Amino acid sequence: MSKVLIIAEHLEGKLNPSTARAVSAAVAVQPEAVDVLVLADRVDAIAADAARIAGVSRVLTVARAENAHPLAAVLAPQIAKAAAGYSHVFLPSTTFGKDVAPRVAALLGVAQVSDVMSVEGSHTFTRPIYAGNAIVTVEADPAHAVVATVRTASWPAAASGEHAAPVEPLGLDVALPSHTRFVELKQGKSDRPDLQSAGKVVSGGRGVGSKENFEIIYRLADKIGAAVGASRAAVDAGYVPNELQVGQTGKIIAPELYIAIGISGAIQHLTGIKDAGTIVAINKDAEAPIFEVADIGLVGDLFKLIPELEQALG
Amino acid sequence: MKILVGYKRVVDYNVRIQVKPDGTGVVTDGVKLSANPFDDIALEEALRLRERGVAEEVVVVGIGPADLTAHLRNGLAMGANRAIHVVTPEAVQPLTAARVFLKLVEKEQPGLVILGKQAIDDDANQTGQMLAALWDRPQATFASKLEIADGKATVTREVDAGLEVIEAELPAVVTTDLRLNEPRFIKLPDIMKAKSKPIDTIEFAALGVEAHDHLRTTRYAAPPKRSRGVMVKDAAELVAMLRQKGLL
Repeated sequence: MSKVLIIAEHLEGKLNPSTARAVSAAVAVQPEAVDVLVLADRVDAIAADAARIAGVSRVLTVARAENAHPLAAVLAPQIAKAAAGYSHVFLPSTTFGKDVAPRVAALLGVAQVSDVMSVEGSHTFTRPIYAGNAIVTVEADPAHAVVATVRTASWPAAASGEHAAPVEPLGLDVALPSHTRFVELKQGKSDRPDLQSAGKVVSGGRGVGSKENFEIIYRLADKIGAAVGASRAAVDAGYVPNELQVGQTGKIIAPELYIAIGISGAIQHLTGIKDAGTIVAINKDAEAPIFEVADIGLVGDLFKLIPELEQALG
Repeated sequence: MKILVGYKRVVDYNVRIQVKPDGTGVVTDGVKLSANPFDDIALEEALRLRERGVAEEVVVVGIGPADLTAHLRNGLAMGANRAIHVVTPEAVQPLTAARVFLKLVEKEQPGLVILGKQAIDDDANQTGQMLAALWDRPQATFASKLEIADGKATVTREVDAGLEVIEAELPAVVTTDLRLNEPRFIKLPDIMKAKSKPIDTIEFAALGVEAHDHLRTTRYAAPPKRSRGVMVKDAAELVAMLRQKGLL
């Protein structure tokens, strides 16, 4: 029987919603147990959040000062040690999971399955390659542990609430390296919904034209309670910070509503939104590729249409 | 300091990928091949470090069949001092690639290894992290800024929450993100010059690396297609439609 260990992602004492999505993928393996491992300096609040996720058998915690920031070189040896007895180790396919998981896999001497989209069997998975232009079915060797990252846009977050899994501290006797040190995290301060998990997203592209013009994107997003995203072109041009980038090398998202404004729809951008419920495209070029995937299209000048939209929204 | 750079050849960024009808792979016959864009960024960063006097030598590394030589010549034309070609007809998985790099690292003793954060064919995003683990050295993935001083690298990383800055003692592995730099174009005279630069050829089997690939790809499929939807005439109609769908 399978046993899955999930590595919790967290920031500033809060569990990241990507963890509950990884739990959904773990449950699909039909294991006898799904345990969540919390590595942090202060674990209690994070562990309490993790314990409420339906499907979680146990929450294991390792509280060490070295775990205050998610450094792969520090976390990986602890995870590799904790992985003993587990058939699967899952992390979310976020920048956190992408950084840490391969280091764990290499320490365990096993291959990694990146970006699991579906679980076809305990050791059979599908994953995207070529920016999602092909989906491959891969079989992992059952003789070894499976280390995988879970493509969060492919999985709903497991329910959270009534459930209360036991929380147990885990003693790990692991020497940790000091060759890698955290300096700082520069975060954009925002009261808006989180781009990765928001139900609605308004994104702007090169067509928005400038950092100043991007204000109208923010305003529209605020009006409908949406997160703000951007194409690579808009980030490269300096209109918005990098954490707003949606696409192959940015965030892969699956909101119920995605409104693409002034985005032509390069294949790399479409990769990031193909799991969205409804895609709306607003672009002055009726031939833009974004219209080939949009559920609803509106051709016209965004500087005229956005004020009209705001008016229609009342 | 010496810098090793991973330089993978992949199907060009602009090619529209087609899955073979029998599900055994993607069409690569007659398709344009280019350097992995992230590897071009890795090479560019290494060249800039050499130009700033931080490094003396930049070595590009390729793992692949005999005809990979032409691709490695491009890396030399861009400015690398020399190339190492690990010859194998089979595509290797990330763990095997990392083990190959470890062998080369032991031989070459670089101060820095720069790899692309992912190759745009398999999108695995693993080799740099795996090398760092096997080498027991720091990793700084998804770099958008790299500074080397006093035996350490200060790296700004693009993470989901924003920009993270870490310090890594050298030697270390850095993987590149898109905004680290804009790679230079290869100039014609440099192509001529590259012809006389050395390419060391090493047979994969001679490295003593266990090609221990635990993953078997059994099927390739085209992704589910989204179809073209409806066009609306104005903002009011759009809002009405979204309200009807319960999305606003």
